[in-house]
Amino acid sequence: MKRLRLATAWLGGCSGCHMSLLDLGEFLADIAGSIELVYGPLVDAKEFPENVDVALLEGAVANMENLELLQQIRERSRIVVSFGDCAITGNVTSLRNFFSVDDLLTAVYQAGPGTLPRSDEAGQVLPELLPRVLPLHQVVAIDAFIPGCPPEPDRIRTALESLLKGEAVQLSEEQRTFG
Amino acid sequence: MSAITLTLNEELVTARQGQTILEVAREHSIHIPTLCYLEGLEEMGGCRLCMVEVQGSARPVPACITKAQEGMVVATDSETITEYRRMIVELLLAERNHTCAVCVQNGSCELQTLAARLGVDHVRFDYLHQQLSMDASRERFALDHNRCVLCLRCVRTCDAVEGAHTWDVRGRGVTSRIVADLDRPWGESVSCTDCGKCVQLCPTGALFRKGATVGEMVKEREFLMRLLERRRAIQGRQS
Repeated sequence: MKRLRLATAWLGGCSGCHMSLLDLGEFLADIAGSIELVYGPLVDAKEFPENVDVALLEGAVANMENLELLQQIRERSRIVVSFGDCAITGNVTSLRNFFSVDDLLTAVYQAGPGTLPRSDEAGQVLPELLPRVLPLHQVVAIDAFIPGCPPEPDRIRTALESLLKGEAVQLSEEQRTFG
Repeated sequence: MSAITLTLNEELVTARQGQTILEVAREHSIHIPTLCYLEGLEEMGGCRLCMVEVQGSARPVPACITKAQEGMVVATDSETITEYRRMIVELLLAERNHTCAVCVQNGSCELQTLAARLGVDHVRFDYLHQQLSMDASRERFALDHNRCVLCLRCVRTCDAVEGAHTWDVRGRGVTSRIVADLDRPWGESVSCTDCGKCVQLCPTGALFRKGATVGEMVKEREFLMRLLERRRAIQGRQS
């Protein structure tokens, strides 16, 4: 049987959703033969590959790097899944939407205690922040949603079991809550 | 009290004259989602989640304030109605900042439960990200406007059950805010008795016990009917 080409990605989030994915424990060993993990923080791959079957995306779109990666993922994946509350609602990542980017950067990097970095290296290297943090479905079409902060492992398992069978993700009422 | 007959989801049911569609539905174990409605408080038909279809009516009607009538044909669920209900919940989630993950009410919130029940797994509308304040000036309780859905359970219970009428509403539409004592910090309110009824009946994390952190706020709403029944009994003794 052809193995499911699975990718995960970590956009503007805390990595908690990936931790929850690892909490699937033995189930990961059970499905290891049915999937091929081709991209993500758990894999050493520099480029997002072509012909991905399912992409689980953690985090919101917070900066240019997230935006470009998300668009690339959409082009190269059959099924794109918003994985966790930040991807779905913006959640904690979007709490900065109450401030302008300038005010935010000033408050965090200049107005606080300590001395300012002397060079503008950070300004040149770090990806530019978007004016507003966005949920993924406001940028590209999303095929399924796994809510939760982080989603409990049983939610991820239910979703993966459906995706492995080639079926649409159907979470129960208890598995659908935000937060 | 005279009895009437109506059709509820294609079944003939009997009701008492004066009962609302919602009351009749609940008596027949038919679930209609509600948010602003709470048994014991005066109905106001504000949230519109209990909308149902009535044959002959061009638009859906709120079940909590519509009286059942002889011969009425009611459908409590349909694709259109479910879609409207979903839309209402999505609009509520988009209007203020319901960040469930960091809310005191996470896990026992009526809005969160409704969203899951109706299958709201994402919000199609842009989030407004309104900058809203929190009033923590009262000693025991706090009000977080970020979580308020303007169900007015607090206003109604404070007025009709506690008799203090501390709470009211300022503004209109999306700028509406719950205010204490004609808009002063809750901590400076002289009418508030600190009874906590508003806090217990609030469906979300808008009103909470100070010191509660994420998911720690569990509310007890059964007191309302207990209190009202006891009050009726006392009044019966006196008259």
